[in-house]
Amino acid sequence: MQRQKVLVLYTANSALDSPVIGWSVYDGTGQTRPMAGDQDEPPYRTGVDALKDGWRLIQAAQLLPHARGAEFDLAYLKYEFFFEQLVEVQP
Amino acid sequence: MTHLPLLNAQQMAQFVARGFLRLDGVVPEALNAQFLQEMGEIAPPVPGRGLMRTYGEMLAKAGVPEVAAGTPLDQAYPEGSALAKLVQLPVAAGAIRSLVGEDPIFDHHFLHVTFPPAYHEASGGENVSQHTHQDSTIDPRTAFDIQIMYYPHEVTREMGGTRFVPGTHLRRVSEVALGRYQNIRGQQHMVCEPGTLLFIHSGIWHGGGVNLSDRTRTMFKIRINPNPRSSRTQVRQFDVSTLVPQNQQRPIFYLKGPLPPSVEQTLMTPEPWFEQDTGRLEFLNRVRLWRYLTDDPTYDADYWLTRVENLAEV
Repeated sequence: MQRQKVLVLYTANSALDSPVIGWSVYDGTGQTRPMAGDQDEPPYRTGVDALKDGWRLIQAAQLLPHARGAEFDLAYLKYEFFFEQLVEVQP
Repeated sequence: MTHLPLLNAQQMAQFVARGFLRLDGVVPEALNAQFLQEMGEIAPPVPGRGLMRTYGEMLAKAGVPEVAAGTPLDQAYPEGSALAKLVQLPVAAGAIRSLVGEDPIFDHHFLHVTFPPAYHEASGGENVSQHTHQDSTIDPRTAFDIQIMYYPHEVTREMGGTRFVPGTHLRRVSEVALGRYQNIRGQQHMVCEPGTLLFIHSGIWHGGGVNLSDRTRTMFKIRINPNPRSSRTQVRQFDVSTLVPQNQQRPIFYLKGPLPPSVEQTLMTPEPWFEQDTGRLEFLNRVRLWRYLTDDPTYDADYWLTRVENLAEV
Protein backbone atom coordinates (compact mmCIF):
# COMPACT_ATOMS: atom_id res chain seq x y z
CA MET A 1 0.00 0.00 0.00
CA GLN A 2 1.31 3.43 -0.88
CA ARG A 3 0.85 6.86 0.64
CA GLN A 4 1.77 10.26 -0.76
CA LYS A 5 4.29 12.68 0.68
CA VAL A 6 4.09 16.22 -0.66
CA LEU A 7 6.88 18.79 -0.78
CA VAL A 8 6.15 22.39 -1.74
CA LEU A 9 9.06 24.61 -2.68
CA TYR A 10 8.95 28.36 -3.27
CA THR A 11 11.84 29.64 -5.34
CA ALA A 12 13.47 32.98 -6.02
CA ASN A 13 12.29 33.06 -9.64
CA SER A 14 10.35 30.83 -12.01
CA ALA A 15 13.36 28.62 -12.77
CA LEU A 16 13.43 25.30 -10.98
CA ASP A 17 17.17 25.70 -10.46
CA SER A 18 16.82 29.02 -8.60
CA PRO A 19 17.28 29.16 -4.80
CA VAL A 20 14.56 27.92 -2.44
CA ILE A 21 13.09 30.73 -0.30
CA GLY A 22 10.18 28.87 1.33
CA TRP A 23 9.06 25.28 1.82
CA SER A 24 6.41 22.98 3.29
CA VAL A 25 6.09 19.24 3.75
CA TYR A 26 2.89 17.21 4.17
CA ASP A 27 3.31 13.55 5.11
CA GLY A 28 0.50 11.17 4.14
CA THR A 29 2.25 8.23 5.81
CA GLY A 30 1.65 9.78 9.23
CA GLN A 31 5.22 8.96 10.23
CA THR A 32 6.18 12.61 10.67
CA ARG A 33 4.19 15.72 11.56
CA PRO A 34 5.68 18.70 9.72
CA MET A 35 4.28 22.05 10.82
CA ALA A 36 4.77 25.79 10.52
CA GLY A 37 8.08 27.04 11.84
CA ASP A 38 9.67 23.62 12.29
CA GLN A 39 12.76 24.21 10.15
CA ASP A 40 14.79 27.36 9.58
CA GLU A 41 16.96 26.02 6.72
CA PRO A 42 15.45 24.73 3.46
CA PRO A 43 15.59 20.98 2.78
CA TYR A 44 17.02 21.60 -0.71
CA ARG A 45 19.08 24.43 -2.16
CA THR A 46 17.03 24.45 -5.39
CA GLY A 47 14.08 22.65 -6.92
CA VAL A 48 16.43 20.65 -9.10
CA ASP A 49 18.12 19.29 -5.98
CA ALA A 50 14.72 17.93 -4.94
CA LEU A 51 14.38 16.20 -8.33
CA LYS A 52 17.82 14.64 -7.87
CA ASP A 53 16.64 13.28 -4.52
CA GLY A 54 13.69 11.47 -6.12
CA TRP A 55 10.84 13.96 -5.72
CA ARG A 56 8.47 14.04 -8.73
CA LEU A 57 7.27 17.48 -9.86
CA ILE A 58 3.49 17.45 -10.18
CA GLN A 59 2.59 21.15 -10.44
CA ALA A 60 4.26 24.49 -11.12
CA ALA A 61 2.83 28.00 -10.69
CA GLN A 62 1.83 29.79 -13.89
CA LEU A 63 3.37 33.07 -14.95
CA LEU A 64 0.54 35.56 -15.12
CA PRO A 65 0.48 39.08 -16.58
CA HIS A 66 0.24 41.98 -14.13
CA ALA A 67 -3.11 43.71 -13.89
CA ARG A 68 -2.95 47.29 -15.16
CA GLY A 69 -2.97 49.70 -12.22
CA ALA A 70 -1.91 47.03 -9.76
CA GLU A 71 1.53 46.25 -11.12
CA PHE A 72 3.26 46.96 -7.82
CA ASP A 73 0.80 45.15 -5.53
CA LEU A 74 2.29 42.11 -3.88
CA ALA A 75 0.49 39.29 -2.17
CA TYR A 76 1.39 35.56 -2.17
CA LEU A 77 4.69 33.93 -3.09
CA LYS A 78 4.85 33.60 -6.87
CA TYR A 79 7.01 30.60 -7.72
CA GLU A 80 5.40 27.55 -6.19
CA PHE A 81 6.36 23.99 -7.11
CA PHE A 82 4.55 20.90 -5.82
CA PHE A 83 6.44 17.59 -5.66
CA GLU A 84 5.38 14.13 -4.52
CA GLN A 85 6.90 10.90 -3.36
CA LEU A 86 4.94 7.65 -3.11
CA VAL A 87 5.98 5.79 0.00
CA GLU A 88 5.27 2.12 0.72
CA VAL A 89 3.58 1.67 4.09
CA GLN A 90 2.41 -1.41 6.01
CA PRO A 91 -1.37 -1.97 5.86
CA MET B 1 6.37 69.26 21.82
CA THR B 2 6.57 65.88 23.44
CA HIS B 3 9.16 64.74 25.93
CA LEU B 4 8.64 61.10 25.08
CA PRO B 5 11.65 59.17 23.72
CA LEU B 6 10.61 59.14 20.07
CA LEU B 7 12.01 56.76 17.49
CA ASN B 8 14.75 58.22 15.32
CA ALA B 9 14.86 58.14 11.53
CA GLN B 10 16.99 55.00 11.45
CA GLN B 11 14.58 53.10 13.73
CA MET B 12 11.65 54.26 11.62
CA ALA B 13 13.39 53.15 8.44
CA GLN B 14 14.00 49.74 10.02
CA PHE B 15 10.29 49.52 10.83
CA VAL B 16 9.31 50.58 7.31
CA ALA B 17 11.69 48.05 5.76
CA ARG B 18 11.19 45.07 8.08
CA GLY B 19 7.83 45.70 9.78
CA PHE B 20 8.92 45.28 13.37
CA LEU B 21 10.70 46.94 16.26
CA ARG B 22 12.00 44.76 19.07
CA LEU B 23 12.68 46.26 22.51
CA ASP B 24 14.27 43.62 24.71
CA GLY B 25 13.75 43.61 28.48
CA VAL B 26 12.38 47.16 28.66
CA VAL B 27 9.47 46.40 31.01
CA PRO B 28 10.56 46.47 34.66
CA GLU B 29 10.45 43.20 36.55
CA ALA B 30 7.94 44.58 39.09
CA LEU B 31 5.52 45.37 36.26
CA ASN B 32 5.97 41.92 34.71
CA ALA B 33 5.18 40.41 38.11
CA GLN B 34 2.10 42.62 38.53
CA PHE B 35 0.86 41.67 35.08
CA LEU B 36 1.25 37.93 35.69
CA GLN B 37 -0.41 38.25 39.10
CA GLU B 38 -3.37 40.10 37.51
CA MET B 39 -3.69 37.40 34.85
CA GLY B 40 -4.10 34.75 37.55
CA GLU B 41 -3.23 31.09 37.80
CA ILE B 42 -3.80 28.71 34.92
CA ALA B 43 -5.56 25.47 35.95
CA PRO B 44 -3.43 22.32 35.63
CA PRO B 45 -4.26 19.78 32.90
CA VAL B 46 -7.19 17.47 33.66
CA PRO B 47 -7.62 14.22 31.65
CA GLY B 48 -10.61 14.44 29.31
CA ARG B 49 -11.02 18.17 29.78
CA GLY B 50 -11.06 20.18 26.54
CA LEU B 51 -8.34 22.76 26.18
CA MET B 52 -10.80 25.39 24.95
CA ARG B 53 -12.71 25.03 28.23
CA THR B 54 -9.53 25.58 30.24
CA TYR B 55 -8.70 28.57 28.02
CA GLY B 56 -12.18 30.04 28.31
CA GLU B 57 -12.18 29.82 32.10
CA MET B 58 -8.73 31.40 32.21
CA LEU B 59 -9.85 34.35 30.05
CA ALA B 60 -12.96 34.84 32.20
CA LYS B 61 -10.92 35.00 35.41
CA ALA B 62 -7.98 37.06 34.12
CA GLY B 63 -7.72 40.69 35.20
CA VAL B 64 -8.11 42.04 31.68
CA PRO B 65 -11.03 44.40 31.05
CA GLU B 66 -13.43 44.02 28.16
CA VAL B 67 -12.83 47.20 26.15
CA ALA B 68 -14.97 48.53 23.31
CA ALA B 69 -13.18 48.69 19.98
CA GLY B 70 -12.58 52.34 19.12
CA THR B 71 -11.90 53.49 22.69
CA PRO B 72 -9.11 56.08 23.05
CA LEU B 73 -6.05 54.10 24.15
CA ASP B 74 -5.53 56.34 27.16
CA GLN B 75 -8.99 55.34 28.43
CA ALA B 76 -8.70 51.61 27.76
CA TYR B 77 -7.16 50.47 31.04
CA PRO B 78 -7.91 51.31 34.70
CA GLU B 79 -5.33 53.63 36.20
CA GLY B 80 -2.77 51.66 38.16
CA SER B 81 -3.41 48.39 36.34
CA ALA B 82 -0.43 46.61 34.80
CA LEU B 83 -1.73 47.27 31.29
CA ALA B 84 -2.21 50.99 31.95
CA LYS B 85 1.33 51.17 33.29
CA LEU B 86 2.59 49.21 30.29
CA VAL B 87 1.27 51.60 27.65
CA GLN B 88 2.40 54.56 29.79
CA LEU B 89 6.02 53.38 30.02
CA PRO B 90 8.00 56.14 28.28
CA VAL B 91 9.74 53.66 25.98
CA ALA B 92 6.39 52.17 24.93
CA ALA B 93 4.53 55.49 24.74
CA GLY B 94 7.35 57.00 22.66
CA ALA B 95 7.24 54.13 20.18
CA ILE B 96 3.42 54.26 20.01
CA ARG B 97 3.51 58.01 19.40
CA SER B 98 6.18 57.64 16.72
CA LEU B 99 4.35 54.88 14.85
CA VAL B 100 0.65 55.82 15.10
CA GLY B 101 0.71 59.41 16.32
CA GLU B 102 -1.25 61.43 18.83
CA ASP B 103 -4.40 60.18 20.56
CA PRO B 104 -4.25 56.63 19.18
CA ILE B 105 -7.24 54.32 19.22
CA PHE B 106 -7.55 50.96 20.99
CA ASP B 107 -8.64 48.28 18.51
CA HIS B 108 -8.57 45.03 20.52
CA HIS B 109 -6.37 43.00 22.80
CA PHE B 110 -5.95 39.35 23.64
CA LEU B 111 -4.27 37.15 26.20
CA HIS B 112 -2.41 34.47 24.22
CA VAL B 113 -1.46 31.38 26.19
CA THR B 114 0.31 28.48 24.53
CA PHE B 115 0.03 25.23 26.41
CA PRO B 116 2.74 22.60 26.91
CA PRO B 117 2.33 18.98 25.79
CA ALA B 118 0.71 17.75 29.04
CA TYR B 119 -2.43 19.80 28.37
CA HIS B 120 -2.81 18.45 24.84
CA GLU B 121 -2.27 14.88 26.00
CA ALA B 122 -4.90 15.34 28.71
CA SER B 123 -7.44 16.83 26.30
CA GLY B 124 -6.73 14.41 23.45
CA GLY B 125 -5.81 17.25 21.10
CA GLU B 126 -2.79 17.75 18.90
CA ASN B 127 0.06 20.06 19.92
CA VAL B 128 0.94 22.00 16.77
CA SER B 129 2.11 25.46 15.82
CA GLN B 130 -0.29 28.04 14.47
CA HIS B 131 -0.51 28.47 10.71
CA THR B 132 1.27 31.54 9.42
CA HIS B 133 -1.17 34.37 8.82
CA GLN B 134 -1.68 38.13 8.59
CA ASP B 135 -4.06 39.49 11.22
CA SER B 136 -7.50 40.95 10.52
CA THR B 137 -8.34 40.94 6.80
CA ILE B 138 -7.14 42.32 3.45
CA ASP B 139 -5.87 45.82 4.19
CA PRO B 140 -5.21 48.02 1.13
CA ARG B 141 -4.22 51.14 3.12
CA THR B 142 -0.86 52.86 3.21
CA ALA B 143 -1.72 53.86 6.78
CA PHE B 144 -1.23 50.97 9.18
CA ASP B 145 -2.06 49.79 12.67
CA ILE B 146 0.51 48.48 15.10
CA GLN B 147 0.35 45.52 17.40
CA ILE B 148 2.31 45.39 20.62
CA MET B 149 3.28 41.91 21.69
CA TYR B 150 4.29 41.84 25.34
CA TYR B 151 6.30 38.93 26.76
CA PRO B 152 6.10 39.14 30.56
CA HIS B 153 8.33 36.14 31.22
CA GLU B 154 11.35 34.57 29.59
CA VAL B 155 10.62 32.71 26.35
CA THR B 156 13.00 29.91 25.35
CA ARG B 157 13.18 28.33 21.90
CA GLU B 158 11.60 25.16 23.33
CA MET B 159 8.58 27.24 24.38
CA GLY B 160 7.90 28.12 20.75
CA GLY B 161 7.60 31.90 20.77
CA THR B 162 5.92 34.06 18.19
CA ARG B 163 7.22 33.27 14.70
CA PHE B 164 7.30 36.13 12.22
CA VAL B 165 8.77 36.85 8.82
CA PRO B 166 10.50 40.26 8.61
CA GLY B 167 9.58 42.34 5.57
CA THR B 168 6.25 40.65 4.75
CA HIS B 169 4.09 43.52 6.04
CA LEU B 170 3.57 45.26 2.67
CA ARG B 171 2.00 42.22 1.05
CA ARG B 172 -1.78 42.36 0.66
CA VAL B 173 -3.01 38.93 1.59
CA SER B 174 -6.15 37.51 3.12
CA GLU B 175 -5.46 36.40 6.70
CA VAL B 176 -4.62 32.68 6.81
CA ALA B 177 -4.85 32.14 3.06
CA LEU B 178 -1.06 31.83 3.29
CA GLY B 179 -1.29 29.03 5.87
CA ARG B 180 0.22 26.71 3.27
CA TYR B 181 3.65 28.27 3.86
CA GLN B 182 5.29 26.35 6.69
CA ASN B 183 8.76 27.87 6.59
CA ILE B 184 10.19 30.94 4.94
CA ARG B 185 13.86 31.87 4.82
CA GLY B 186 14.68 34.54 7.38
CA GLN B 187 11.77 33.71 9.70
CA GLN B 188 12.40 34.64 13.31
CA HIS B 189 11.21 33.10 16.56
CA MET B 190 10.73 35.30 19.62
CA VAL B 191 13.20 33.97 22.15
CA CYS B 192 13.51 36.71 24.72
CA GLU B 193 14.05 37.84 28.26
CA PRO B 194 11.14 38.93 30.50
CA GLY B 195 9.65 42.32 29.74
CA THR B 196 10.30 42.30 26.02
CA LEU B 197 8.05 44.25 23.65
CA LEU B 198 7.68 43.47 19.97
CA PHE B 199 6.02 46.20 17.93
CA ILE B 200 4.78 44.90 14.58
CA HIS B 201 3.19 46.52 11.54
CA SER B 202 -0.32 45.10 11.27
CA GLY B 203 0.54 43.42 7.98
CA ILE B 204 3.40 41.23 9.10
CA TRP B 205 3.10 37.46 8.58
CA HIS B 206 3.30 35.58 11.86
CA GLY B 207 2.06 32.64 13.93
CA GLY B 208 2.37 31.12 17.38
CA GLY B 209 5.11 28.52 17.78
CA VAL B 210 4.45 25.07 19.25
CA ASN B 211 5.25 24.85 22.95
CA LEU B 212 7.38 21.77 23.68
CA SER B 213 8.46 22.85 27.16
CA ASP B 214 6.86 21.98 30.49
CA ARG B 215 5.38 25.40 31.25
CA THR B 216 2.73 27.62 29.71
CA ARG B 217 3.79 30.55 27.55
CA THR B 218 1.97 33.88 27.93
CA MET B 219 1.94 36.78 25.50
CA PHE B 220 -0.38 39.78 25.57
CA LYS B 221 -1.25 41.56 22.34
CA ILE B 222 -2.72 45.04 21.87
CA ARG B 223 -3.74 46.37 18.46
CA ILE B 224 -3.66 50.15 18.11
CA ASN B 225 -4.94 52.37 15.25
CA PRO B 226 -3.84 55.86 14.28
CA ASN B 227 -6.54 58.40 15.05
CA PRO B 228 -8.18 59.60 11.81
CA ARG B 229 -9.51 62.69 13.63
CA SER B 230 -6.07 63.75 14.83
CA SER B 231 -4.64 66.56 12.71
CA ARG B 232 -1.40 64.77 11.88
CA THR B 233 -2.31 61.09 12.28
CA GLN B 234 0.87 59.04 11.99
CA VAL B 235 2.76 61.34 9.62
CA ARG B 236 6.05 62.88 10.86
CA GLN B 237 5.44 61.78 14.42
CA PHE B 238 8.89 60.30 14.99
CA ASP B 239 11.97 62.41 15.79
CA VAL B 240 12.19 64.17 12.43
CA SER B 241 15.21 66.16 13.61
CA THR B 242 17.22 62.98 12.92
CA LEU B 243 16.27 62.98 9.22
CA VAL B 244 19.27 63.66 7.02
CA PRO B 245 18.43 65.89 4.02
CA GLN B 246 18.70 64.01 0.76
CA ASN B 247 20.63 66.18 -1.70
CA GLN B 248 21.00 63.62 -4.46
CA GLN B 249 20.39 59.98 -5.25
CA ARG B 250 23.08 57.39 -4.41
CA PRO B 251 25.02 55.71 -7.21
CA ILE B 252 23.36 52.42 -8.07
CA PHE B 253 24.47 49.04 -9.45
CA TYR B 254 28.04 50.06 -10.39
CA LEU B 255 29.66 50.47 -6.99
CA LYS B 256 33.30 50.14 -6.06
CA GLY B 257 32.53 49.23 -2.46
CA PRO B 258 29.79 49.16 0.20
CA LEU B 259 27.88 52.38 0.82
CA PRO B 260 27.72 53.91 4.33
CA PRO B 261 24.74 53.35 6.65
CA SER B 262 21.77 55.57 5.86
CA VAL B 263 17.99 55.48 5.64
CA GLU B 264 18.38 54.55 1.97
CA GLN B 265 20.70 51.67 2.84
CA THR B 266 18.13 50.35 5.34
CA LEU B 267 15.23 50.68 2.90
CA MET B 268 17.22 48.92 0.16
CA THR B 269 18.33 45.92 2.25
CA PRO B 270 16.56 42.76 1.04
CA GLU B 271 15.22 39.92 3.20
CA PRO B 272 16.48 36.36 2.65
CA TRP B 273 13.08 35.32 1.28
CA PHE B 274 12.77 38.04 -1.34
CA GLU B 275 12.04 36.76 -4.81
CA GLN B 276 14.46 38.24 -7.31
CA ASP B 277 11.89 40.28 -9.22
CA THR B 278 9.30 41.10 -6.57
CA GLY B 279 12.09 42.02 -4.16
CA ARG B 280 12.46 45.15 -6.28
CA LEU B 281 8.74 45.86 -5.91
CA GLU B 282 9.21 45.52 -2.15
CA PHE B 283 11.79 48.32 -2.40
CA LEU B 284 9.28 50.48 -4.30
CA ASN B 285 6.61 49.85 -1.71
CA ARG B 286 9.01 50.68 1.13
CA VAL B 287 9.79 54.01 -0.55
CA ARG B 288 6.08 54.72 -0.86
CA LEU B 289 5.58 54.05 2.86
CA TRP B 290 8.55 56.30 3.69
CA ARG B 291 7.04 59.07 1.54
CA TYR B 292 3.81 58.74 3.50
CA LEU B 293 5.45 58.76 6.94
CA THR B 294 7.73 61.70 6.12
CA ASP B 295 5.14 63.61 4.07
CA ASP B 296 7.67 63.91 1.27
CA PRO B 297 6.08 62.90 -2.06
CA THR B 298 9.35 63.39 -3.94
CA TYR B 299 11.50 61.09 -1.79
CA ASP B 300 13.16 58.19 -3.54
CA ALA B 301 15.83 55.64 -2.77
CA ASP B 302 18.01 54.22 -5.52
CA TYR B 303 15.83 55.71 -8.26
CA TRP B 304 13.15 52.99 -8.13
CA LEU B 305 10.13 55.31 -8.18
CA THR B 306 11.74 58.20 -10.07
CA ARG B 307 12.28 55.91 -13.04
CA VAL B 308 8.69 54.67 -13.30
CA GLU B 309 7.27 58.12 -12.57
CA ASN B 310 9.16 59.69 -15.48
CA LEU B 311 6.25 60.21 -17.86
CA ALA B 312 8.34 61.39 -20.78
CA GLU B 313 5.64 60.48 -23.29
CA VAL B 314 3.25 63.02 -21.72
